[in-house]
Amino acid sequence: MSGPDDRGAPLIVMRDVFKIYGSGESEVRALDGVDLTIANGDFVAVMGPSGSGKSTCMNLLGCLDRPTSGSYYFRGVDLANTTLDQLALIRRHYLGFVFQGFNLLARTTALENVELPLVYRGLPTAERRTLAAKALADVGLQGRELHTPAELSGGQQQRVAIARAMVTAPSLLLADEPTGNLDSARKLEIMHLLRALNRDRGITIIVVTHESDVAQFASRTVTFRDGRIEKDERGAAA
Amino acid sequence: MFASTLVMAFREIRRNMMRSVLTTLGIVIGVGAVIMLVTLGQGATDRVTADVAKMGVNMLTVVPGAERRGGASVGASSLTLDDARAILAQIPSVATVAPSSGRGMLVVYANQNWSSTLTGATNDYFTVRDLKIGTGRIFNEVESQGGTPACILGPTVQRQLFGQQDPIDATVRVGKIACRVIGTTQPKGQNTFGMDQDDFVLIPLATFQRRILGSHDVGAISLSATSDAAIPKVKEQLGLLMRERRKLPYGAPDDFSVRDMKEISETLSSVTGALTALLGAVAAVSLVVGGIGIMNIMLVSVTERTREIGIRLAIGARAHEVLLQFLVEAVMLSLFGGVIGMVLGLGGSYAAGRALKFPFRVMPEIVVIAFAFSFVVGVAFGFFPARRAARMNPIDALRHE
Repeated sequence: MSGPDDRGAPLIVMRDVFKIYGSGESEVRALDGVDLTIANGDFVAVMGPSGSGKSTCMNLLGCLDRPTSGSYYFRGVDLANTTLDQLALIRRHYLGFVFQGFNLLARTTALENVELPLVYRGLPTAERRTLAAKALADVGLQGRELHTPAELSGGQQQRVAIARAMVTAPSLLLADEPTGNLDSARKLEIMHLLRALNRDRGITIIVVTHESDVAQFASRTVTFRDGRIEKDERGAAA
Repeated sequence: MFASTLVMAFREIRRNMMRSVLTTLGIVIGVGAVIMLVTLGQGATDRVTADVAKMGVNMLTVVPGAERRGGASVGASSLTLDDARAILAQIPSVATVAPSSGRGMLVVYANQNWSSTLTGATNDYFTVRDLKIGTGRIFNEVESQGGTPACILGPTVQRQLFGQQDPIDATVRVGKIACRVIGTTQPKGQNTFGMDQDDFVLIPLATFQRRILGSHDVGAISLSATSDAAIPKVKEQLGLLMRERRKLPYGAPDDFSVRDMKEISETLSSVTGALTALLGAVAAVSLVVGGIGIMNIMLVSVTERTREIGIRLAIGARAHEVLLQFLVEAVMLSLFGGVIGMVLGLGGSYAAGRALKFPFRVMPEIVVIAFAFSFVVGVAFGFFPARRAARMNPIDALRHE
């Protein structure tokens, strides 16, 4: 587990990473030689127009996909030759995800949704309950444990999703357009929540977004264009 | 891990109650219909076979006159007791020979009368016809030789003339003969064609010949073979023997005929067999319909399940863990549906069989086939969409529409 002590050490190192779909004439270079280092405890916003490669990069960062070429180190381990199952285990132990569409299990209570990653970690039921209830309380959803997603507002659903992502105390939390489906008040709520997680728990956070006001919460903004990094600026976190 | 997979699968089943119930219902209908229809069909076949067996065991009957195909037979000489003796003596594999003669007669007791068939027969008639004494006894030596007239009543005659009274030692009048009742037979009920097999009065053949026929002729000779398998051989030899005894020239048609219970029974069995096949076909259709129902429900939920699989994969489930969960879920539903279908099918056919007086005979292979088919359909359609989803990139699975 990473903690505040590791802050600053590189969590992710990408070297000359290519991701190419198709071949010959129809070849698409989604990532065209990307070098990127993300330090432990950082809060990074990934920006860029659609088709710029930011989603592809997000898939690689989230260990959901493998690069065509180039090296990718996660916590110092080269993931070039890992199997899909090994990637799943890395996701299980070190990563948390928050999606634009919330992606909670339907007809399933908030508590059970948050418990889900702990199930795959093999935790006993009682411990899962306790941790999940605490995570829900941390995102301000006490008393909503037994509500299903259909009974919660969009902002509440996204908070359940955040609770699910952080209940395992991950090293890295990836958020893909986490505020895309929310109004501006909810948007601010969610971003404040993410920033608090980054500050208080030292969780490295990468947010993919196309909104600059969301990106302002981050301490670093990486902008993609045509499969390459166009800008990499460290702004003062607001 | 497996225990928690079971728990998770069970939770999913409960959570998606509607889907689960519909899937299960498809399997229940498929399995239940097949088992019920085939079991009932088999029961009907068994009943027909049993009914035919009641008409006599391994029995052949010789009657004078060619097989009638429109128009009466002409000029056929009747059979004799000597024919019966010759059959027993000369044809191997013949167990018992029972010559008999019959005629429709009015039977009278006190102020009751009943029109029945008077049959002159020997005690061997009981063996060949599979007839059993209910009360009283069979003919004794003196009676068999045509001494004091004695008679044995079929249950229908007994009921019509005596009601609840004990008929033994009463005297009934049959035509002009007064005879003492010495016994009654056990009821056999109707045969497959709806004929009452209990409506007769038996008297010794010698008495019948002397008092009614006035000759030594015999109306029919029934015989039983030592085994089922011997019947075709006995039938062939019987034909040759009878032609010889009746001095038929080579090439002349038979002036007698041999009736074979086995033939009748086979005809009936093939009819009911066809019926069973038809029911089976109907059942197979319901199995397919049930299967398609399962398929539809599973496919309709593919989008939702694909997204669910995407979520689980992103959270860190390995593909085989997700697959195992879906497989367990499909197996649980299919097993559950299969067992309910089996219980309903067997229970239903038992109840229907009782109502229709069919014997209840389970064909285990049909139960197994119906169960296996539904099980495979249920598991396949639960599992294969899940497998496809589990092979997708989690992100693609999440965005699946």
